[in-house]
Amino acid sequence: MAATTETVEQVRAVTEQKYKYGFTTDIEADVAPKGLNEDIVRFISAKKEEPEWLLEWRLKAFRVWQEMEEPRHWAKLSYPPIDYQDAHYYAAPKMKDRPKSLDEVDPELLKTYEKLGIPLREQEILAGVEGSEGRSPAIAVDAVFDSVSVATTFKAKLEEMGIIFCSISEAVHKCPELVQKYLGSVVPYTDNFYATLNCAVFTDGSFVYIPKGVRCPMELSTYFRINQANTGQFERTLIIADEGSYVSYLEGCTAPKRDENQLHAAVVELVALDDAQIKYSTVQNWYPGNEEGVGGIYNFVTKRGACRGRNSKISWTQVETGSAITWKYPSCILQGDNSVGEFYSVAITNNFQQADTGTKMIHIGKNTRSTIVSKGISAGRAQQTYRGLVKILPKAEGARNHTQCDSLLIGDQCGAHTVPYIENRNRTARVEHEATTAKISEDQLFYCRQRGLSEEDAVSLIVNGFCKEVLKELPMEFAVEAQKLVGISLEGSVG
Amino acid sequence: MIEIKNLHASVDGKEILKGIDLTIRPGEVHAIMGPNGSGKSTLSYVLAGRDGYEITEGSVSFFGKDLLAMEPEERAAAGLFLAFQYPVEIPGVANTTFLKSALNAIRKQRGEPELDAMQFLKLVREKTKALSMTDEMLKRAVNVGFSGGEKKRNETLQMAVLQPKFAILDETDSGLDIDALKIVAEGVNALRSPERSMLVITHYQRLLDYIVPDHVHVLAFGKIQRSGGKELALELEKNGYAEFGVNEAA
Repeated sequence: MAATTETVEQVRAVTEQKYKYGFTTDIEADVAPKGLNEDIVRFISAKKEEPEWLLEWRLKAFRVWQEMEEPRHWAKLSYPPIDYQDAHYYAAPKMKDRPKSLDEVDPELLKTYEKLGIPLREQEILAGVEGSEGRSPAIAVDAVFDSVSVATTFKAKLEEMGIIFCSISEAVHKCPELVQKYLGSVVPYTDNFYATLNCAVFTDGSFVYIPKGVRCPMELSTYFRINQANTGQFERTLIIADEGSYVSYLEGCTAPKRDENQLHAAVVELVALDDAQIKYSTVQNWYPGNEEGVGGIYNFVTKRGACRGRNSKISWTQVETGSAITWKYPSCILQGDNSVGEFYSVAITNNFQQADTGTKMIHIGKNTRSTIVSKGISAGRAQQTYRGLVKILPKAEGARNHTQCDSLLIGDQCGAHTVPYIENRNRTARVEHEATTAKISEDQLFYCRQRGLSEEDAVSLIVNGFCKEVLKELPMEFAVEAQKLVGISLEGSVG
Repeated sequence: MIEIKNLHASVDGKEILKGIDLTIRPGEVHAIMGPNGSGKSTLSYVLAGRDGYEITEGSVSFFGKDLLAMEPEERAAAGLFLAFQYPVEIPGVANTTFLKSALNAIRKQRGEPELDAMQFLKLVREKTKALSMTDEMLKRAVNVGFSGGEKKRNETLQMAVLQPKFAILDETDSGLDIDALKIVAEGVNALRSPERSMLVITHYQRLLDYIVPDHVHVLAFGKIQRSGGKELALELEKNGYAEFGVNEAA
């Protein structure tokens, strides 16, 4: 969440700072020409000065992708065809185009930040980079602006502990053996239409490696921002937690208000070895489009974690309030015996937003356990679907799953749908599914208003109560801001 | 303080209140007694501003302002409080969170500074003690899993924290055993002051043994049929509502 609430100005400060010190020269650059072909793939790879194996991998993915069909039949989403040739696949921030002052920044966006209470603390951290070390609480931030990682903070301090936290393009040069070993090992380049596209054209993202037995002492955070018009964002995140290590990672995203739809197709891969634990939290606040449903981000994301080791654990916590379309199923492959997968989700759709989101829990190892708590809130004319798969393979003796899936409707023109898939191939496994659907009642609203709360504050309070089980899973500093975001997302949904 | 004149109100085209006249001055406690379906709860909802009631005639002035033109939250900020007959559950919202949000929303509307967590905690601790409520009840979600007595004590706590100028107690005695009734009544009596008025709505006289009113009104068929002192309640207890043409099986 830290990352989500950075103002445009904060990011500008960082990019300018980087420019001032002239760390890189390609930051002055460029937008690749529109369209997608092998030359563009080669262009991106060359920009990143990538090794041959990575270029080959990209090209393999691109060739597979050309043969693939966009999955338009099973998700409950409707949108016009996407012209994949009508977007730029590489854009790096240009200093000259940065807004000169806040006056040039979209006032609507600023208002949102203002309502979120622009966290000065994070501004310090981002702008102060190395200088703000020693102040608490410490959060290391990697900012990805359009296609390029612009700054990673606290690097030195983390390096002392052997932790690698940098952009993935940097990691390709710094620790190629780790990248080569794990990239595509959880989400292969043949996985699905959007993930395969990402393999071909991913531009940047974060890389994290936590060595054996190390408990990462601070939250690691990546801030994603799409700024350039007509640009797709394809970031790639890879997190590896070696034996007995622990890391908590946060991801935040924003985008400016634009009338056209922009494509975002990210891939996140997590690998947890024996006794390792990864906690991955997302606050997704991409531009959702306006009240009439014009504009907004198309968010087609593949997130998957592999609990490879015994007793390993991966938790996904997501607060999804943005995007015109969300297509996202953060999953856990529970391979190691006694491994644990968790999915905590709040998804809010208002106006014309559509979300088809959920999770997959694949139980392979013995005594693997998974918990799914999904809270969906739909308002306006929004449509929301929970889609979840719990799969117990024959060798998963004693596997357990508990799924709780609650929907809350505001108004009478929105929809909530629940589509659970359960495949159980082991007699000793136990799978539980609970689902509820409710509306905010007139009684609740009147009760709150009689006590002095405005209708909007009442809705925000009631919805936050509804989401509490999930919000409490967020790291403390971010939970408060997430609560505010919940309220803001639903403004104008009643009355 | 509050002046109700010839108030008519309908629900779904059916007239429930057929011309209520009532004036309550600062410090007074009025009781409205009446049989089921006489319009008691409608009167409290209309005064608090609930949707779904159509005011067809009449006026209500509250400290000189047109009460009926105000939103429910504005009425709350102006000092009107309704203790609900059936307090509403809000899952996942801690009782303290709810109380603090409400208090600060009202303070904000009045242009007063909001209380921070410490100031609020101090205030609420003070008030809970008087109502023999535990900290545990404050942490629980609003009214979720509360017994009937706990819910009514919770309403009284809210009233004590929000310090309204005019409180409507809608069937506060319903669902209470005698011990719970005493605790709630003590809480209410502690809030009586020369500046604060109350309107106690009840079917039975029992509550009025503990919250002794200055004036008693009998509401039947959407109109106040008779007004008097506290002795009127005792008379009703003895004779029932038959005198007003109401046939209630005992």
